[in-house]
Amino acid sequence: MAETEVSKKRKRPIVRLAVLLLSHSVLVSVICCTAGVFGLLLLPVLAKNTYISENALMPGSASSMLSNQEVSEANKLIKELNNLHSNPLGATTESHGIIAKYMSNLGAQVNNHKFHPQLNQFHPLHFFSGPDSGVMQENSTRSLYGINTVGIIRAPRGDGKEAIVLVTPYNAVKGGVRETLSLGIAYSVFSLLTRVTWLAKDIIWLVADSQYGEYAPVAAWLRDYHTPAFSNLDSLNTETCHVGNNNFESKISYGIRRSGTMAAALVLGVAYGNENEDTLGIYAEASNGQMPNLDLINIVHYLAVHRQGLRVKVEQFHWLLNSKWVKSLGEVFESLGKMVKTLNPDWKLGISAADYVEGAATLASSLYHQALGVPTGPHGAFRDYQVDAITLEFSLRISFDRLDRRNDFLLHGGRLIEGVIRSVNNLLEKFHQSFFLYLLTSPSKFVSVGVYMIAFALLVAPLPVVAASLYAKTLDLNPTSEKDKSATSNELGSVLQSWKWLNSVKTVFVVHFWGATVSLLPYFISQIPDSDPTTNFSVWILLSILSLEILRWILVSPSSHIYGLPQGEWAILKSATISSFFIGLGLMSVINFATAEIGALLMVPMALMAHPLKLDVRGQSLRSILRMICNLVLGVISFPPATFFVFKGVIEGFSGIKAGDFWNWVESLWAWNSATYLYIGMVHLPCWVLCVQILLHPC
Amino acid sequence: MAILLSRRSNLLAVVVLLLCQLFLYATVSSSGSVLKQGGGEEFSEELLLKPFPDRKVLAHFHFQSRAPHSSSHGRHHHLFPKAIAQLVKKFRVKEMELSFTQGRWRYEQWGGFDPLSSNNAKPPGVELWAVFDVPQSLVDVYWRNLTHTLSGLFCASINFLESSTTYSAPELTFKPSFGNLRYGTLPREAVCTENLTPWLKLLPCRDKAGLSALMDRPSIYRGFYHSQRLRLTSSESGSDEVDSGIGLDQTLTVVLQPSSWRTGKTYSVETNIQPSWSISSIFGRNIPGKCVIAKSSNVYLQLDNGLVGELKNLERENAKYVANTFESEGFQSNHAFKISVTPDKVFEEVDNLHGKSTSVIYGFSVEKYSDSQPFDLGLTWKIPVVWSCQQAPLHASRFLMGSGNERGAIAISLEPTESSEGLPTSHIIDGRCELRVDIFQVVPWYIKVYFHTLQVFVDKQPRAMADVVDKIRVSPSKDKVSPGVMEMILKLPCGSKSAAFSLEFDKGFLHIDEYPPDANQGFDIPSALISFPSFNARMNFSEDEFLNNSPILSKFQHALQRHHHYMHSICIVFWIIAQCASEAC
Repeated sequence: MAETEVSKKRKRPIVRLAVLLLSHSVLVSVICCTAGVFGLLLLPVLAKNTYISENALMPGSASSMLSNQEVSEANKLIKELNNLHSNPLGATTESHGIIAKYMSNLGAQVNNHKFHPQLNQFHPLHFFSGPDSGVMQENSTRSLYGINTVGIIRAPRGDGKEAIVLVTPYNAVKGGVRETLSLGIAYSVFSLLTRVTWLAKDIIWLVADSQYGEYAPVAAWLRDYHTPAFSNLDSLNTETCHVGNNNFESKISYGIRRSGTMAAALVLGVAYGNENEDTLGIYAEASNGQMPNLDLINIVHYLAVHRQGLRVKVEQFHWLLNSKWVKSLGEVFESLGKMVKTLNPDWKLGISAADYVEGAATLASSLYHQALGVPTGPHGAFRDYQVDAITLEFSLRISFDRLDRRNDFLLHGGRLIEGVIRSVNNLLEKFHQSFFLYLLTSPSKFVSVGVYMIAFALLVAPLPVVAASLYAKTLDLNPTSEKDKSATSNELGSVLQSWKWLNSVKTVFVVHFWGATVSLLPYFISQIPDSDPTTNFSVWILLSILSLEILRWILVSPSSHIYGLPQGEWAILKSATISSFFIGLGLMSVINFATAEIGALLMVPMALMAHPLKLDVRGQSLRSILRMICNLVLGVISFPPATFFVFKGVIEGFSGIKAGDFWNWVESLWAWNSATYLYIGMVHLPCWVLCVQILLHPC
Repeated sequence: MAILLSRRSNLLAVVVLLLCQLFLYATVSSSGSVLKQGGGEEFSEELLLKPFPDRKVLAHFHFQSRAPHSSSHGRHHHLFPKAIAQLVKKFRVKEMELSFTQGRWRYEQWGGFDPLSSNNAKPPGVELWAVFDVPQSLVDVYWRNLTHTLSGLFCASINFLESSTTYSAPELTFKPSFGNLRYGTLPREAVCTENLTPWLKLLPCRDKAGLSALMDRPSIYRGFYHSQRLRLTSSESGSDEVDSGIGLDQTLTVVLQPSSWRTGKTYSVETNIQPSWSISSIFGRNIPGKCVIAKSSNVYLQLDNGLVGELKNLERENAKYVANTFESEGFQSNHAFKISVTPDKVFEEVDNLHGKSTSVIYGFSVEKYSDSQPFDLGLTWKIPVVWSCQQAPLHASRFLMGSGNERGAIAISLEPTESSEGLPTSHIIDGRCELRVDIFQVVPWYIKVYFHTLQVFVDKQPRAMADVVDKIRVSPSKDKVSPGVMEMILKLPCGSKSAAFSLEFDKGFLHIDEYPPDANQGFDIPSALISFPSFNARMNFSEDEFLNNSPILSKFQHALQRHHHYMHSICIVFWIIAQCASEAC
């Protein structure tokens, strides 16, 4: 007994620290939030240069073997395909025949892969589930189909356990010079690789039929490669048929041919460039913010810049480049960096303002695309099978019509792909050495997870502190309120009093349940035939409000405390809200960090500041008025549709905004199985509703 | 002075010895029968060359050594390698086969039906099986000792096969055995010249003379397939047959690309003309005569039945070449191709049930060639010819299904090859037409296969296991003790378009010590074996004394071989718990 008394008197330091934090919760939250936002803004400054981490890759150590002979062969293919486009009748089958003929003449094994395009449909329980062959097939329409052509080079002395995949989307009907050029690059590399002796991994060249989008054929092929349906009665790929014209009478099978595990995949594309130099665009984001191993981007960047003299770019927010406040922020950081340098020349923090702006624009785009959870190209399909893949988009300075320029372009492009394949071919293990969790601030600079986690951690750190302090305060209030009611309360009353938080938690639970309902509503709304996005959106909002009212009426009204209990009720509700939001953010940061980061930026200030408006109006001090204004502004901005429209307005201008845009955006999220959708529906929106409820609390 | 004298006498002795050896050598070379009589040991060397449809050339070396049972001649041998004889004696090896292979045998392009491919196509890495003539309880001990001995003998890590997790004892499908057969593979063993050198040491002439002089290391390792094999058979002295005693067959099978195509860069897409080649162009060397102590030394050139059929068709079309009939001229100089050396013998396959056309083999004896006049066989194509090799009745492939770090499935899919349509694909059993297929598959213990999840699909419809599987023998794996073994004897209904089997597995959770170096490379599941016992891989030639003396041809003709068809190994990458050792965490 004596011991416990002593320990009670002299508390352990961690407890004392907690108490200190709780008592200064406002200060803590202000400092942490500011530091969190500041940390995020500082990320472009803290970015490190990329480096090739896996020693086995050795990019560029072998001289390129691709010569003009391969290029001239590729030119033949390009010419033959371009001639086809002049008479589009029957161009589809013929172009497949031509590509297959060229492939098999090189000694590769060729097969066709027939697939049905999948319509974008809402599958309510499809999030996080693995790619499944059975379910997908049922919903596809039977009459539409595309044909992929797949060529496989078996490595001369390899054992066929691993493969490198080369993908060229090609639309036989509408494909222009652009697409035939990417085929040309792939063909020149392919023809070289049939003759080299150093190949250790098989090479698979997939010519993806992109008449139903670039993603669908790749995804369909990958699905059939990894999870074939053995028992499909009316399967597509059973029959063999004669693809042929007079030259090429050989049988091409429709059965899928396999090689081993895929080590890496490269998707090639060519774009019309309007810039001053030949550039290479790298797209890496796959579904739910997954990124390929940084080493893959590194070797492409290294070879493109140092061997082929291409300028590499990754996606940027161009509107940020001209933004004044980013520029001034950059200047501030530049001068800060200079100051730091005078203190200690070893600290290299300073970057120039221009670099900062570039970095910030790239970082913001990187963060946004990861947060969206929608893959930025066909490479996204590979990530679902743990294959590292990127899309490379070449863009040319001058038009492709000039033959000498075109040959030069094919040579450079081909040599780049050859170099990358040679590097990956060297790999003994799968990609594992470098980072998987990173944000790019330029093609050669990255922020690793260890750095960007800090900003997020600072941002969410006040949440538990504030929740705890609010709860502690209501506990302190309890005795006084008990005294007031001591006359009327009996034993049951006091028990109810100590279980007061149960009510708030129930409210929070109900609102979250409502959030789940709202997330499911689009599935039913999308079944309405012939509806445009704007009506869908309004129906969704109406139904959401209706369901909220119904739920409240069913579940909350019997106890009727929610509007009843005056003192501290809102505080406990806020405490519960913040706790649930904290849990939600924590979970989301594991699934998709970028979503959690952006969500925290939008919602954390609102959740921390929420305070009944009535009290603020009554308060009439400067502080309460400021708080009221902040609350109102934040309350508008953090409502998901409002956020969307503000963001869209900033980027594209407010003139062309329609209400249906938000529906379309949400639809794309659902169609791509993005976890961001779940986050918005089940974490962000309930938290917003609860915060609004606190604001409107009648106390 | 005394010292000087003794030196001189030493010198004298050396000179005398040298002279004696020279004399001996002369007698040996003048008549090879001296050694043959002395001990009854025999050595013969042969080389078979065969053009493939995909512009490649197969070179198959076969060296055969035979020794009568050792008890009659003490411990000494004249020709037979002593190391092998000791090994056979010490470990009571009844039969053994060891193969080192690099690259894959391409069943679709190089054929899977003829005796050559079904005997010599081996899985990548090392494969070893042995039958012991000891009581069953001792087999494992003898196996372990054998692996260590072979490991030392061939500079390879065969000793890893000692661990009980790596070998298995097939009973149903591999070979008829009575519990004394052990089978083990090392799918990831790298094969290089350091394995070839000890193998060559077993030859009486090494690679200094005879056919093995062709083995220029850069050339034979540049190929698309490289398989070096050693096969031992020993029988008790009781029988008075010719093959009593120990027989050692050493074969080296390489598939090479004639260099003319590679360097010439014939990009002409339209012409499918085969590359012309000669022994000197593909090996970079000539044959400087035979190995003097060899009983026979022959080179064969085989044109398989697909090619011969195609040539006959061409001939029929071009009526003007009718004078060059196949029978009269022996085919060696016709409108389609030219052989630079006149063959000593031409063998034609007779009574072939499989198809209309038959294969042709040209035999060349190397005995009359010497250093000054080396043997160099060349084949020059004049017109483009397209043909395909004879396929096995079913095309089998095995692959992994699913993705992720926890689960997956192994799938085996069987599809009839085009050629099988015209084949007698079936045996009629109880009025039902069925095709028997044996599958033998070993799975390491860390891949936890659930054998109850075996699903069978025939013609894309799920079938009950009892309908298709005639016999099945499963021995589940024991953690860190033994691998999982599955042997199935299938009876597929004739005319079925496809058959597929899938088995689910979990990836085991390994302790950090149990990962190999470069753990992110993944683990290999050894090649599975599929065989078609109802087909005999044999060729019939008109009876000839010459045939019986030739190891390659007699193998073609007599040995009733099963069709072995390997489904190549697949690699499973495990989730590495120790990943945080790298910087990416």
